[in-house]
Amino acid sequence: MGEYYNDNDLERFGEVGKHCPDLFKKFMDWYGASLQEGVLTKREKVLIGLAVAHAIQCPYCIDAYTKSCLEEGMNLDHITEAVHVASAIRGGASLVHAIQAHNTVDKISM
Amino acid sequence: MEFIETLKKHNCYPLRASKIETLQVNVGYRCNMTCKHCHVEAGPSRSEMMDLDTIKAVIDILAGSDIRLLDITGGAPEFNPHLRFLIEEARTLGCHVMVRSNLTIYSEDGMEDMPLFYRDHGIELVASLPYYQGEVVDRVRGEHAFEKSIRALRTLNNLGFGVDPGGLKLDLVHNPQGMFFPPCQGRMEEEYRRELDRRYGVSFNNLFTLTNMPIGRFRKFLVERNQLDRYMERLRKSFNPAAVEGIMCRYLINVGWDGTLYDCDFNQMIGLSLNDKYPGTVREFDTGILAEREIAVDDHCFGCTAGQGSSCQGAAA
Repeated sequence: MGEYYNDNDLERFGEVGKHCPDLFKKFMDWYGASLQEGVLTKREKVLIGLAVAHAIQCPYCIDAYTKSCLEEGMNLDHITEAVHVASAIRGGASLVHAIQAHNTVDKISM
Repeated sequence: MEFIETLKKHNCYPLRASKIETLQVNVGYRCNMTCKHCHVEAGPSRSEMMDLDTIKAVIDILAGSDIRLLDITGGAPEFNPHLRFLIEEARTLGCHVMVRSNLTIYSEDGMEDMPLFYRDHGIELVASLPYYQGEVVDRVRGEHAFEKSIRALRTLNNLGFGVDPGGLKLDLVHNPQGMFFPPCQGRMEEEYRRELDRRYGVSFNNLFTLTNMPIGRFRKFLVERNQLDRYMERLRKSFNPAAVEGIMCRYLINVGWDGTLYDCDFNQMIGLSLNDKYPGTVREFDTGILAEREIAVDDHCFGCTAGQGSSCQGAAA
């Protein structure tokens, strides 16, 4: 399959808008607005972005939000802590489903 | 040249100096460090050094003009054997003197008393400290650089530098540790202040954030990683017309180690001298002609106009 993800592909994101341009524009406006400083600071927002990028394991987002974190003056300690939060929540989300397994055991057992 | 086209588009061309407030003098390229981001490509093997005759010509400029701010840079300026003479003469003339220091130089043999000399002459120090964390700084500046810098900052604080707003000034300089842009200057200053105090008990006056210029060692790094075009494109896209007003070349003139005049230290490093119609060396210096000169620009100038802007005094917009 060769290289499925390429460094330069993120810069080609705009090409997606060649089809369904109205929808793409709505997405871009929404994306841009959601990252503007609001009640949350820019720094908080890019950390959320980084954590989500790792939770969904998107290579483009990981590259982009790692750079954003550095441009907000953060370092590897900030970045690693955020990834731990994402990972812990992912892990916890699996683990908590043990309750469903236990419920199923109760349901089908005598 | 794209920078000129961009200036024209924003009605900023030709870019003109506003006033010469500062005489910035590069007294030599020799340095005890070989930092990865250094636009001068300074290091222990560099031999370019301003001689006494040129230093005297610089002093003549200060004596014969109303320029009252002398900004001394290098390399490590402390390696120039005439540095003390230059400072003493400039102070006698009533000039405010700023020295750009790498901090680690005070750990070198024979340099230990420089902080004391700076204190006795009321010098403002602008010191390079790319980050408040050792691991990050040493990666850019070399092994033990951070430890030596903290030791120097403690010495300077003990001498009264960077302790209170009205006292001896000690400013720090942050620059990104790679191919990305600097953070918001105000917020980074708060973070530096908090972290340097909490971790090391060190204080300072102001923090300046600088953009890495695509010249010198940083350019080589970009070329090696095949990222020069991408970085340049990002600088171009981040052009901020509001930053043009405050960029340093509009308020200073730069002197090379051999007495050649430049619009800034970056132009000096790429050999882009003043426009032909202006006096070219310290010996021909003429404030009247140079004050509103047309500034020589090239595409590296996008580095000073990107985002919040970048100047010798940090953010320009």
